[in-house]
Amino acid sequence: MALSKEEVSRIAELARLKLDDGEVEKFTTQLSYILEQFQILQEVDTTDIPPTAQATPIKNVLRKDEVKPSLSVEEVLANAPDREGDFLRINTVLG
Amino acid sequence: MEKLSISQAHQLLKNKEVSSVELTQAYLEKIESLEPSIKAFVTITPEVALKQAARADEMIARGDIKPLTGIPVAIKDLISTKGIRTTCSSKMLFNYIPPYDATVMERLYGSGVVVVGKTNMDEFAMGSSTENSAFFTTHNPYDLERVPGGSSGGSAAAVAAGEAVYALGSDTGGSIRQPASFCGVVGLKPTYGRVSRYGLVAFASSLDQIGPMTQDTLDAALVMNAIAGYDERDATSVPEPVPDYTSLIGKDIKGMRIGAPKEYFERGIESGVERLVRKAISKLEQLGAVVDWDASLPHTDCALACYYIIAPSEASANLSRYDGVKYGLSVRVGENVLEDMALTRQVGFGDEVKRRIMLGTYALSAGYYDAWYLKAQKVRTIIRREFDEAFKKYDVLVTPTSPTVAFKIGEKASDPYQMYLSDIYTLPVNIAGLPAISIPVGLEKGLPVGLQVIGKPFNEGTVLKVASACETKN
Repeated sequence: MALSKEEVSRIAELARLKLDDGEVEKFTTQLSYILEQFQILQEVDTTDIPPTAQATPIKNVLRKDEVKPSLSVEEVLANAPDREGDFLRINTVLG
Repeated sequence: MEKLSISQAHQLLKNKEVSSVELTQAYLEKIESLEPSIKAFVTITPEVALKQAARADEMIARGDIKPLTGIPVAIKDLISTKGIRTTCSSKMLFNYIPPYDATVMERLYGSGVVVVGKTNMDEFAMGSSTENSAFFTTHNPYDLERVPGGSSGGSAAAVAAGEAVYALGSDTGGSIRQPASFCGVVGLKPTYGRVSRYGLVAFASSLDQIGPMTQDTLDAALVMNAIAGYDERDATSVPEPVPDYTSLIGKDIKGMRIGAPKEYFERGIESGVERLVRKAISKLEQLGAVVDWDASLPHTDCALACYYIIAPSEASANLSRYDGVKYGLSVRVGENVLEDMALTRQVGFGDEVKRRIMLGTYALSAGYYDAWYLKAQKVRTIIRREFDEAFKKYDVLVTPTSPTVAFKIGEKASDPYQMYLSDIYTLPVNIAGLPAISIPVGLEKGLPVGLQVIGKPFNEGTVLKVASACETKN
């Protein structure tokens, strides 16, 4: 196996995904198989090849720091699951 | 009512043979009668559509008629539509109503279009069959037991069934072209940076593009005329002038140099698909194009792995926004906010989305970044350079769109890797940021087969020209 169950659990924690035991088992098998197929990448000689992050020739897009019309607070918060005034309400952060 | 193209519907509206309200009503009736079997739409919007149609009729009465005015369109449910629910076919966004329109919607509304609904897709555009939709699977109009392809399967099926005159889809690794191929319609993925992504719910930001799904190449050109162009709200949109994409449709292709890369006819291709695609390419040859059947892109076999490291890596970052705090699903039964987030994401995401988030998180994590993510970005450079080299010799490249015709619902659903292989011929195009189209070139045992035409960056016009030379109506 390319991945252990412990590694899958650790990755899920990094990704803020709760998984039950059955999911850990299933994803360990599936992700291991997928990564084994992807070993083909390791066989490619990439000496002196720079990485490509995106395919356009555009670099450093800047705009003037100007105030422009934007959405109102009401519009932005209209989809909020829970709010208090102009704030989003969440569960306890510590504890 | 037969299936109308945009240009046909435009003539009817222009000659006042039909009003937009009448046309819209006819399409809404067709949706109502076909949806129980096709299931192309997540949300149908009759009130919005009829209001927009009435406004379009006023425009037409004033003589203000553009090619898309008053014509019903279906929109993939990951393009933000102000006031119309946009779910990405995910439980995570089951109740999300965007407070703003995507740039493509502003542009379509500027033409007076009529939105009849939002179409089903694989959740967050991750998949090739719509089976990953959290709501239901869309059925292929050519065979209801088969998938329409994906992820823009709802858009493809809606156009194929005549539930809308055309649709918008999005394409990250083939999500416009593969369903277009499976449903016998035309699907164009523009050059990366050609169409604004502002308001497109992000999957893999360096690969995503919005594009048209239509009855023919002329319609694809008409939609491109409306949606293409620079947008200051998308920093990756490119300030290249927008040509009239209809100008090269049907033009002589004599002397054009066409490459048919041999790697695209090797791995797991069905014989019926290969036969029809070769026949279509021979037709281009008969029309005077010079076809090199021995063209080669040697690193094609690395594209799948390259894509499935890069796209999930970008997705794992993009989908971190779904935390149950700002919008969408929110599970609040944990001990603290972090537990709430993890629970929200456990309930809100389906299996394929979870797989890709984890794959991406792994490839980006400390200790694995160089071996996987950075390695994939370097292989991306190699794949791009191979296309650059090929385009010194050829004006366009032609390939099958997918190695198979539409497969049976359930056939690949339990094997994620098999599903990935369905996009093996379309992924390299996104990796290199190129424009490509899929057009129908015939039926194999009653199921559509697609030809893919790939062009140089910003050469959508040339792609449309070659495609129009060999398109056949199914």
